[in-house]
Amino acid sequence: MITINSIKKGIVIDHIKAGLGIKIFNYLGLDKAGYSVALIINADSKKLGKKDIIKIDNEIDLDFNVLGFIDPNITINIIEGENIMRKIKLNLPERVENVIKCNNPRCITSIEQEITHKFYLVDRKKGLYRCEYCDEIHKL
Amino acid sequence: MLKGKHLIDPMDFTVEELDEIFELAERIIQNPSEYSHVCEGKLLATLFYEPSTRTRLSFEAAMLRLGGKVLGFSQANSSSAAKGESVADTIRTVECYADIAAMRHPKEGAPKIASMYANIPVINAGDGGHQHPTQTLTDLLTIRNLKKQLSNLTIGVCGDLKFGRTVHSLIKAISRYENNKFVLISPNELKIPEYIKKEVLEKNNIEFLEVEKLEDVIDKLDILYMTRVQRERFFNEEDYVRLKDSYILDKKKMGNAKKDIIVLHPLPRVNEISIEVDKDERACYFKQAKYGMFVRMALIAKLLGVDK
Repeated sequence: MITINSIKKGIVIDHIKAGLGIKIFNYLGLDKAGYSVALIINADSKKLGKKDIIKIDNEIDLDFNVLGFIDPNITINIIEGENIMRKIKLNLPERVENVIKCNNPRCITSIEQEITHKFYLVDRKKGLYRCEYCDEIHKL
Repeated sequence: MLKGKHLIDPMDFTVEELDEIFELAERIIQNPSEYSHVCEGKLLATLFYEPSTRTRLSFEAAMLRLGGKVLGFSQANSSSAAKGESVADTIRTVECYADIAAMRHPKEGAPKIASMYANIPVINAGDGGHQHPTQTLTDLLTIRNLKKQLSNLTIGVCGDLKFGRTVHSLIKAISRYENNKFVLISPNELKIPEYIKKEVLEKNNIEFLEVEKLEDVIDKLDILYMTRVQRERFFNEEDYVRLKDSYILDKKKMGNAKKDIIVLHPLPRVNEISIEVDKDERACYFKQAKYGMFVRMALIAKLLGVDK
């Protein structure tokens, strides 16, 4: 396994389902980061078999709702002085806004300009969300 | 208090709120002249982005019979939508002119957006294949008046149960009342969606039976709610030929029905109810259209807060 130095003050996003790391990397705009960032893909994991990890050598604002929506199983470690100060487990959020768009071509959101795309959770186990406008199911 | 509320989804109102509307509708039926001026000075905007003569006329008749006035458009190309105006902007303009709005739109969720921006009550008059709450109110008021109750009933729903939004809404609404049973009559391809079975019927422990042929069960029903089965919905011609007559209500089938069954249909009817059935006093679909106007009168009066 590739070794990446530990970070002094920043964030480690761990237990990302293999393949989703790049999605989170892009969502957080880390390609434009002016600080050290490591994206590790396909790392060995006892729990998941393979996992992705992102290490960010900086404090940045994270929207836990959106991250939880992309992958509810990730763990966020807040690092200070090279130690884990806080561990945050994510869940699927009850509601998401402007993260995904409704796939129903008959939904008003397909034509209404600048509308907020809203979804609410209907089945946590199955990862099912409903569009607040047309009730179309969106499966994660 | 229903004053100032919107009606977007048939389940927006509690059973108690629905009772309030039905009681007012019944008082209007008993004594229409007492309510013929309650909406004087009020305007209803009918914003119909797609044609629906029946629903629009029902809303307009309701408002006019309450002494109010109506304005609006009956197709998108005669409205600002043709110029690309959003629903949010249209409703914010309309509320400058009218006191209440009824909206029909081909896109699902359009009336919901209108209600999010409007300071006047918005009534969903049908949004694509999604919701049509005033049809549900119509169905409930009809059943309440003709069967004198909304519980302890065996309700047969027949036809296209997969795509029929009126049927889905009716099942959800009637499931809130006690001890009702459903007989779901449809071809295999057009069975009720799984989520209605799981999230509505099974979740509320409601007894239901799924069958393919109307003639096998018509004798057990207190209410028969007919909908149309379109030929193009069948997967193959063979099934269509085998089953098509099972979804057409005729005099012969009515011969096996209970003496006090009521036959309902959201209309327009094409050929799923034979014309010969119209003379049968148990055929109540035209009465149902009248109840539709009365329930819209009660709804408008309640949302405007002008009921006595």
